[in-house]
Amino acid sequence: MKFIAWQMLTGDKAKYLGLIFAIAFSTFLMSHQVSIFCGLMNRTASQIDDVADANIWVMDAKTQYLDEVKALTDQDLYRIRGVQGVDWAVPLFKGTSRAKGPDGKFRGVILMGLDDSTLVGVPRRIVLGKIEDLRGPETIAVDQVGYKFFFPDQPVILGRTLDLNDHTVRIVAVVDSNAPFVNLPVFYTKYSQAISFVGRERNQMSFVLAKATKGTSESELNQRITKTTGLKALTGNEFGWETIWYYIQNTGIPINFGITVVIALVVGTVVAGQTFYLFTIENLKQFGALKAIGVSDLRIVGMILMQALIVGAIGYGIGISMTAAFFEARHRRLHDRLPRQRRKRPARYRP
Amino acid sequence: MNSQAVVCKNISKNFGSGEDEVKVLRGIDLEVPLGEMTFLVGPSGCGKTTLLSVIAGLLNPSQGDLHVLGTPLHAIKGAKAVEFRRINLGFVFQQFNLLPSLTAAENAAVPLLAANWNRKKAVEKAKTILDDLGIGSRANAYPNQLSGGQQQRVAFARALIHEPKLIVCDEPTSALDEHTGHHVMELLRKIAVRPERAVLVVTHDNRIFNFADRIAHMNDGHVTHIETNGGSH
Repeated sequence: MKFIAWQMLTGDKAKYLGLIFAIAFSTFLMSHQVSIFCGLMNRTASQIDDVADANIWVMDAKTQYLDEVKALTDQDLYRIRGVQGVDWAVPLFKGTSRAKGPDGKFRGVILMGLDDSTLVGVPRRIVLGKIEDLRGPETIAVDQVGYKFFFPDQPVILGRTLDLNDHTVRIVAVVDSNAPFVNLPVFYTKYSQAISFVGRERNQMSFVLAKATKGTSESELNQRITKTTGLKALTGNEFGWETIWYYIQNTGIPINFGITVVIALVVGTVVAGQTFYLFTIENLKQFGALKAIGVSDLRIVGMILMQALIVGAIGYGIGISMTAAFFEARHRRLHDRLPRQRRKRPARYRP
Repeated sequence: MNSQAVVCKNISKNFGSGEDEVKVLRGIDLEVPLGEMTFLVGPSGCGKTTLLSVIAGLLNPSQGDLHVLGTPLHAIKGAKAVEFRRINLGFVFQQFNLLPSLTAAENAAVPLLAANWNRKKAVEKAKTILDDLGIGSRANAYPNQLSGGQQQRVAFARALIHEPKLIVCDEPTSALDEHTGHHVMELLRKIAVRPERAVLVVTHDNRIFNFADRIAHMNDGHVTHIETNGGSH
């Protein structure tokens, strides 16, 4: 009977392709919107995710999310280093500045200041250059979005300069960092340089990145840091989720996207369901004939379920592939502009 | 061996309930002998197709005893009824009801596929029967490539392929012109009527009445009289 079910399904090519198209399009609609929502929420914590070397983030006790921080004092850093179970702890600066390109085009940028000696906090994927070159004076690493903005349609090479708050800085590396929520370019430099680029305030340190000693539980260490210093200590994962939840609870994004996703879900389900329902209704006479011939109700239900499963699987596969192709096509743009000899998979940075 | 393929005693069939209840069959007594072709005839709405559906086990009688090939069909339900139908009954429908996406041979093979036969063997057997029915050359054609008469012959092949003991036909000539209708009834009589098999035909097409061994006349849910080729009683 599987053969008959298959023939009934594929016998009318127009109906069969129509069913698959309806399911593929509905899947595309739903997965596309869900993907954008998840991607957007992921972006809110992207800079936390970029830090691969440290697993503990220490911040002011009242910090709610990544983009709004109260600076810590140098004393806080020393106190954290003194907590039992802390292997090492380094400062991290996160601020904003304004950069100007060679053609005078300017844009606000996110400036990340990495510990001068270890450069902990650099994104894990380096597209071009060596991150160690950041130790030189007036040097920065830029992300791909920043490079594309300031040097549109130009080959990706090192040594180009930008004006960063009246400092001429040289690009020594291009990094593949996760896109931030605000869609601004992200620049990386040494902690000491970052402070000089944005102008000195009384306290500058946004976060302290720390690592637990081997065998020390991260959650226990976080509690110990909080108890000892009064500061908030979270793992990167916890801080990432806290940031995502802040955006979910305090912005209209989830509602707007939620409505779109629900509409897509309802429309998709109705379109796909209605199409398959009509297909089954049109075949009712044939199923009736099969029943009269002696095919049991259970086998007829099995045939219908098999047909649904086939078109569902094919349609879903195509829909998901369309979504994946859409995002993949957008993702690959800058990589294709790298000089031919340098087009290779981005290397992972290991300090 | 019992010489009656079907024995109906006081069969009633109602649809709906209360004020909306419709009594379609009102105490039918009928015997369909083996080795004969029996026609159920009567005006539209008299209950012919309902009686055929009850005899074929597609509908349960509301009341009465129904024995088909010696089995009390009124007492069996569910999977047993389905299996009984699959083994013992062959159907010919008014509009042929061939599956449009299957070839003539595949359509004829459906009862064997329902009995879990190997597809290749089932189709081979179907081709043999289609040969017997004179349309072997069209075995690989789809229903929409066949004439009405050819489609009806495929339907006959489907009804006969598993060698059932009772063949039920619902208005087999209503979609055919007079000449073709006459021809397919000749064919049905030739290939289907056997001493160990009964053929029950529902029709209101009086042009084919001369093919019947026995004609049961129905009106308003009753069998009013039965006519045999030897006379009425």
